[in-house]
Amino acid sequence: MAAPIDLHEVMEREREERFRTRWRVKACSSTACLSAGAGATIKAMEDLVERDDMVLEVQVIPTGCMGLCSAGPLIRMMRRGGDEADYRNVTPEAAVEIVRSHVLDEEPVPEYQLDTSMPFFTSQERVVLANGGVINPDRIESYVAHGGYQALEKALTTMKPKAVVEEIRKSGIRGRGGAGYPVASKWSLLAAASGKTKYVVANGDEGDPGAYMDRTIMEDDPHRLIEGIAIAAYATGANQAYIYVRAEYPRAIERLDRAIRVARRNRLLGRKILDTNFDLTVEVRIGAGAFVCGEETALMASIEGRRGTPQLRPPYPTEKGLWGSPTMINNVETLANIAPIISRGGDWFASLGTEKSTGTKVFALAGDITNTGLIEVPMGTTLREIVEDIGGGIPDGKQFKAAQTGGPSGGCIPSKFLDTPVDYDSLRELGSIMGSGGLIVMDEDVQMPDVAKYFMEFSMDESCGKCTPCRVGTVQMHNLLQRLCDGTGSKQDLRDLEHLCSVVRDTSLCGLGQAAPNPVISTLQYFRDEYIALIDQQEVVHA
Amino acid sequence: MRDTRPTVNISFDGVDYEGYVGESVLECARRNGVTIPSLCFLEGLSVWGGCRICVVEVAEGHRLRPACATQVTPDMEIKIETPRLRAYRKSVLELLFAEGNHVCAVCVSNGKCELQDMAVFSGMDHVRYDYQAPRREVDASHPKYVFDPNRCILCTRCVRVCDEIEGAHVWDISYRGEHAELITEMNRPWGDSLSCTWCGKCVAVCPTGSLAYEGRSIGEMEHDPVMIKRLAVARSRGEWLDPEGAI
Amino acid sequence: MKQASIATAWLGGCSGCHMSFLDMDEWLFELADVADIVYSPIADVKEFPSDVDATLVEGAVANEDNLELALEIRAKSRLVLSFGDCAVSGNVTAMRNPLGDPQQILQNVYVEAPDRDGLIPNAPGIVPPLLPQVRPLHKVIRVDAFLPGCPPPADRIQAALEALLEGALPPNRGEAIRWG
Repeated sequence: MAAPIDLHEVMEREREERFRTRWRVKACSSTACLSAGAGATIKAMEDLVERDDMVLEVQVIPTGCMGLCSAGPLIRMMRRGGDEADYRNVTPEAAVEIVRSHVLDEEPVPEYQLDTSMPFFTSQERVVLANGGVINPDRIESYVAHGGYQALEKALTTMKPKAVVEEIRKSGIRGRGGAGYPVASKWSLLAAASGKTKYVVANGDEGDPGAYMDRTIMEDDPHRLIEGIAIAAYATGANQAYIYVRAEYPRAIERLDRAIRVARRNRLLGRKILDTNFDLTVEVRIGAGAFVCGEETALMASIEGRRGTPQLRPPYPTEKGLWGSPTMINNVETLANIAPIISRGGDWFASLGTEKSTGTKVFALAGDITNTGLIEVPMGTTLREIVEDIGGGIPDGKQFKAAQTGGPSGGCIPSKFLDTPVDYDSLRELGSIMGSGGLIVMDEDVQMPDVAKYFMEFSMDESCGKCTPCRVGTVQMHNLLQRLCDGTGSKQDLRDLEHLCSVVRDTSLCGLGQAAPNPVISTLQYFRDEYIALIDQQEVVHA
Repeated sequence: MRDTRPTVNISFDGVDYEGYVGESVLECARRNGVTIPSLCFLEGLSVWGGCRICVVEVAEGHRLRPACATQVTPDMEIKIETPRLRAYRKSVLELLFAEGNHVCAVCVSNGKCELQDMAVFSGMDHVRYDYQAPRREVDASHPKYVFDPNRCILCTRCVRVCDEIEGAHVWDISYRGEHAELITEMNRPWGDSLSCTWCGKCVAVCPTGSLAYEGRSIGEMEHDPVMIKRLAVARSRGEWLDPEGAI
Repeated sequence: MKQASIATAWLGGCSGCHMSFLDMDEWLFELADVADIVYSPIADVKEFPSDVDATLVEGAVANEDNLELALEIRAKSRLVLSFGDCAVSGNVTAMRNPLGDPQQILQNVYVEAPDRDGLIPNAPGIVPPLLPQVRPLHKVIRVDAFLPGCPPPADRIQAALEALLEGALPPNRGEAIRWG
């Protein structure tokens, strides 16, 4: 058996590597930037370094997400000893110009320069995304150099499993997948469960439209997730873990697979991890792209190779989960928070955010907003700060109308609640949910019944079909919304729609169905006049 | 045989009853002669919990629970006939009627149909929702039985009985949401099925006219879902084992 | 005291509900004592009268004539009853709905079927054009009460009428609403 990785030696080596060249160019290689052409940009810079013989002067480092996805491809020029300059919309030609200008003339290129003093950058608090734009996701050394796996080492060598759970309890962290269940409670349940085999599952079946928090974590910082899983497994007595990733995330799957292999080779996974008595196997399981497989019982069915439909609870997974054994399912972002909590302490984490919603939350900011991208803010940040400061407001001088949180299970928050702190309980009070972190901003031109119809169509398409209210109710609600949006709906249609909202919410089997009416309920609550305006006043429904 | 299981006190709509630990709310109600309507549940098969007709209110929290999949607990106050539950049951039933093509007048099970009875029980005198009128092909390829998906409510009794009692697993569900449908084998015609044993249990348990004997005309098809309970009980007692050990 | 006025009509149906109506036999005489049948396929009245107390409508809304009459009935009746499964749900009449476009159905039936003369009936003003979808009555006009059954048995029709004559809506619980 090979010796385990020596974390401190790797850190040393990486520090030397960092100072090897006078210039380092960090280039975002996350999915958003890649789709904006980052691949060609990175290649142009590598070719330039090669051709102009700058190998000893410059190293090009692909990194994870830098955040401002709408301005990609993004790069960062870093001079040994300090100075940094960020650039936006960097085409291959621009990249060559920027690198040459910095390296040869010590001059920035203002034309492409990104103002990092704007609130988008300064108002964020990066815990989960701390390594975004910093490390190379494909190099474990890069992760280790920034403190990676030290939390695992600390847990395994200095803490009893109970103490780890206790630290998590102290942190107050709640599940980042949507419902906000206290993480430590779940961990305690699994820890207390009897059984020789126990499982930990990372839920990476992120499916809300416009949301890509988990994808970014898995793609850009895969070792952070693995470290979180390992700590969770150690704390709960599990020796087998799965990362459930949807097939639509091929890059995440590839990077996770590689990271798992490398971690195993370095004795961070497998048998006798870091020479302790803790064993853990982690495997990636690929979902076929059904939204409902994010629901934990459906997810387990899918891992077992069965049809991905929700099962009745109880029994809960921590009693009877995968293949009948106790199983705990945590969201990817939840697990990505674990290493920092163990490293810096639960108290530190609890000092971030609000009393009942501790820590930070990653949001995928999308829609009618100037800065779209991935942001991380302390829980309790107001919607106004997120939209107006970090998001840079609504483009084209238009008015903010509503923010949609929680995707197809969430609701729309109107402008009068812009000063609401974004945390689990405040959002719930407003009829929405935190959800996994999708945040879609809508301007004055958006018709709210259309929004409700869009999300209903999503839920209808994604219903598994097991229970009647969700399978048929979503079709009927979509029908009614379609008629209302077409201007051919009646008062009776609106009444039927509202009644169906209650039926489907209260009688559906799983969270997908129970939450499917939420976008309708919340838009009716705040924008009822828009529905009324669409109603055809005639008594006769068109034949 | 006296039941020796420990008991708990519960109530249905304010009337006190005794339940057994480990028993479901639905079983407990039936044993005590209390009606909780249900469709997908069938004694002798595993619990599916999909039709949602049997949802009841369990006093704390006002949350609805499927009676078939909820175990009785001490001092449980179960509500069945509240205005809300009546309205919901009716709506769920209307959704089922709107989904398929349930034309009682031309159905083999007319007058002998659990779905039709449920409409009477629930007071469903019309369907508020648009009929979806799906186009579904009848599978009459089997020499002995006919499958008419127009009348299927996806209760999966046939799937479960074939898998759990007969052990053949001919039936399953394919596709999802509104496109979910029953299939035989790998979506091949029933008549081509190599695994079907012609036992007819699926036909016996069907609550509607979806599965029927070949050649039955309107109102001629009578199902026998109770057969499964008889089978399950007999099996659990080993009733057909030869006492001499010859078989 | 003024006699109650009752009308019956059939849209897209088979007239079976009206046969069942006639099955009330001698009770029809009692009915005639207290109510006038002011319009019915079995009475020789051409125009649907105004101010009808209650109209029993058999059949689904399948063609343009059905639609026109349904609207007229609603405008001129205080109470409208969906009379029988076709009016209530579309029933047999609506069995063409899953097949889609009615023109294609006519083509299949009259042109492509081997035993026909290959002509789609065409008599403007006499043969009414089909609507794209057959609809239950309550999807076209407001309906006050429903009397399912294919057909509803005579005793149920009688019970419904007795209730109406007493100023109440027909019973809508238990066997009174059995379909099929």
